Amino acid sequence: MANQFDVIILGGGPAGYVAAIRSAQLGMSTALIEKEKLGGVCVNIGCIPTKALLHSAYVANLLREAKEFGVEAGTLKTDYGVAMQRSRRVSDQNSKGVEFLMKKNKITVVKGSGTLQPGRKVKVGNDVYEAKKAVLIATGTRVKGLPQIGLDINKTTVISSDEALFLEKAPPSLAIVGAGAVGMEFANIFHAFGSKVTLIEVLPRLLPLEDAEASDALTKSYKKRGIDVLAGAKLTKATVGKDKVVLDVDVSGAKQKVEATAVLMAAGRAVNTEDIGLKECGIQLTDRGFIKVDQNLQTSAPGYFAIGDVAGPPMLAHKGFREGVNVAELLAGKKPHAIKYDNVPSVTYCHPEVASIGLTEEQCKERKVDFVVGRFPFSANGRARGTGETEGFVKIIRDKRYGEILGAHIVGAQASELIHELAVARENEYTVEEVELAIHAHPTMSEAVAEAALDSLGRVVHL
Amino acid sequence: MPTNVYMEALSPTMEEGRVVKWHKKEGDPVTTGDTLAEVETDKAVMDLVARADGVLRQVAVAEGETVAVGKVVAIIAAPGEATGATPGPAPQPAAAPAARSGERGAVPLAAPVTPPDATRVKASPLARRIAKETGVDLKLLTGSGPGGRVVRRDLEEAGRREKGDVRPAAVQPAAAPVVPLPSPVSPAVGGRGGAYEDVPLTQIRKTIAKRLVTSLGPVPHFFLTTEVDMERAAEARDALNRQLGDQGKVSFNDVILKATALALTKHRACNAWFQDDHIRYWNEVHLGMAVAVEDGLITPVLRHADAKSLAEINREARELADKARSRRLQPAEYTGATFSVSNLGMFDIDQFTAVINPPEAGILAVGTITPKPVAVDGQVVTRRRLRLTMSCDHRVIDGATGAAFLRTLKQMLENPLAMLL
Repeated sequence: MANQFDVIILGGGPAGYVAAIRSAQLGMSTALIEKEKLGGVCVNIGCIPTKALLHSAYVANLLREAKEFGVEAGTLKTDYGVAMQRSRRVSDQNSKGVEFLMKKNKITVVKGSGTLQPGRKVKVGNDVYEAKKAVLIATGTRVKGLPQIGLDINKTTVISSDEALFLEKAPPSLAIVGAGAVGMEFANIFHAFGSKVTLIEVLPRLLPLEDAEASDALTKSYKKRGIDVLAGAKLTKATVGKDKVVLDVDVSGAKQKVEATAVLMAAGRAVNTEDIGLKECGIQLTDRGFIKVDQNLQTSAPGYFAIGDVAGPPMLAHKGFREGVNVAELLAGKKPHAIKYDNVPSVTYCHPEVASIGLTEEQCKERKVDFVVGRFPFSANGRARGTGETEGFVKIIRDKRYGEILGAHIVGAQASELIHELAVARENEYTVEEVELAIHAHPTMSEAVAEAALDSLGRVVHL
Repeated sequence: MPTNVYMEALSPTMEEGRVVKWHKKEGDPVTTGDTLAEVETDKAVMDLVARADGVLRQVAVAEGETVAVGKVVAIIAAPGEATGATPGPAPQPAAAPAARSGERGAVPLAAPVTPPDATRVKASPLARRIAKETGVDLKLLTGSGPGGRVVRRDLEEAGRREKGDVRPAAVQPAAAPVVPLPSPVSPAVGGRGGAYEDVPLTQIRKTIAKRLVTSLGPVPHFFLTTEVDMERAAEARDALNRQLGDQGKVSFNDVILKATALALTKHRACNAWFQDDHIRYWNEVHLGMAVAVEDGLITPVLRHADAKSLAEINREARELADKARSRRLQPAEYTGATFSVSNLGMFDIDQFTAVINPPEAGILAVGTITPKPVAVDGQVVTRRRLRLTMSCDHRVIDGATGAAFLRTLKQMLENPLAMLL
């Protein structure tokens, strides 16, 4: 039968395409079903194009300070449309890269919308594909609005990241609802391209899931450069006009109005579980709407697995990658290394970047853990001074008795790169002492990691 | 050059072994093939033999201790050869890496070794730190990390398993603050007089637990029961036993085993293995027979049971059961059954259902033979009756298929001459 495969994957995003590659590497015949471009949200309308735009924003901001570095480049002019076109080229390159990887690994890519059927089958158009081993559901998540208060995404004045990534011009003013990673990154981008940005977060601080010190550092940095920050702000009403939106905001009792030419919705995501035949196959959802899975990521229907966003938080591409690899290995009869969900790094790529792993200080207090905090600011780091990137710090929380690294929080220009030293340490159960004992090159920003470890031991050198 | 003695994988599924008894002591001369120690695997007690000639040195595992497969348990050195117990010349640079060949599953290799390596333990820095502070000997733990490395979780589990004198490590799952136990507690925490007693799982219990949850959970069982009139089988058995005289005895169990084996040859659909993407129908009949042993059960296999005489079945079944009870079964003697029989008749059980031993597709549960009033030709008479219950894997055997097999078996038992057909 031509339409029979060992593994069939529904959804070609990070979890799905990596599961496909690993399955193929392990000798299983594999089909990947995708209705749009390969690479999913991440490659096409998420991680990758935003990183391209953030770099444009970085260049703009750098040029604003260029004089201080002894460089003058004439009058500064920014053009969001050009930056957007560049970000599209980067996305397309990545999507083509995924296509190439599918070809290289002899994976059959089926274009179209798939619907699950009982008996490990997936229907695409009039064709039915049958999986001998398993069907992997990797349909991901998508943006959502807040229709309860009149903020339905209309794609003109109320937009999501899906539209923001394709704008030809930066709007004169922009209100962003939600100060998680997405809201923070777009605030950074549009502010650099000249929009007047207001960031609205219902929880008491920006990046509410990060350590409070990281939130404070970012609030200061954003306010200093002229981004309006409203935290602990409840949206009570939205008046959506033809070319502007007025938001009624209640900031701890004080009512105020925010007017902007556009509102960017960056709060929460909807799970793509509709119309893919879950019910017909007996696949159950959790209370929060994700697909219910066991510790092997198998759904309530044997032979159907869920990976990536659709299988639950954290909704991060790198978590999806690993789930894809693990399920593929499981299906090939291997014994994959168990995923440590408490050791998934979390990164926000705004400037300065915020990266973290493990517990926050608040969580350590809640759990009544006996801990010690070590800190080292980049203002005391030679390399950071040289590049003018002295904002931020490295903070390491260690267990008092055994030195275990309970959590690490980095704010700084290279936080996204620096966090991995601590990810490796935690994965292998190194204590702060092993981190400190490894010789760190000088001058580097990484030295701040070793110094923070030393600080937690009461032996900081350069402070 | 000293040779490492490793804990070897003595059964196909063995991951760790407990040293029951050392047959050789430190300093004893040994020759290749000598039994060094008795090791309890997940299935049986097996011999760990010497792979080199020399003198046994540096016994690193005490009797009663459990260690992971691949761990060095002792060294065999040439007589008078320095094993580095006293400060000597620096070890060759090759020594340390070579000692790593002792990883799980590695083929035992002779390697130059220095004393620290003989007791080398793979453990994460955090695990070492916790072990040091809490006074736990890492050598006594089985590592669950990559490559058998001891990680924090192993220490926590050991702490819980033992007696509470190992404090759990700092980070606990949410809302589980460290509760200090009343005082450093003696092993009698729950003891016999206490509210409960925590008994560590023996190797065989662990294997039973692992194997059985792969059965009743994932395997779709259904059950068929029939009642068999055993009068004629009893008569036949009596006649046979009179004939055999001093030369042996045939039990009802032997008759049932033989009849089951013969019925299986006529119903190949029930003599099969479920193999994920295919079903393997066996043309040979290898009967597993459940044997209760101290602290568990095991199913030794009566090979080619259909081709054996009742006397042969009797003798072999008894030998296998004895070996099982003294834990002397070799792996080949308890693997490869195509169908199994479990008999609880001796416990006066009327009927019961047995759990299938995958990949086999069926198991027969045999109750006790008991006299019962039954109607025969319109008259109520007392007959010896037997209840048989077959558990079937529905992925292989359907209701009618299983029923047909049971009917043949019933006919054979009710009319033993049918076995000759």
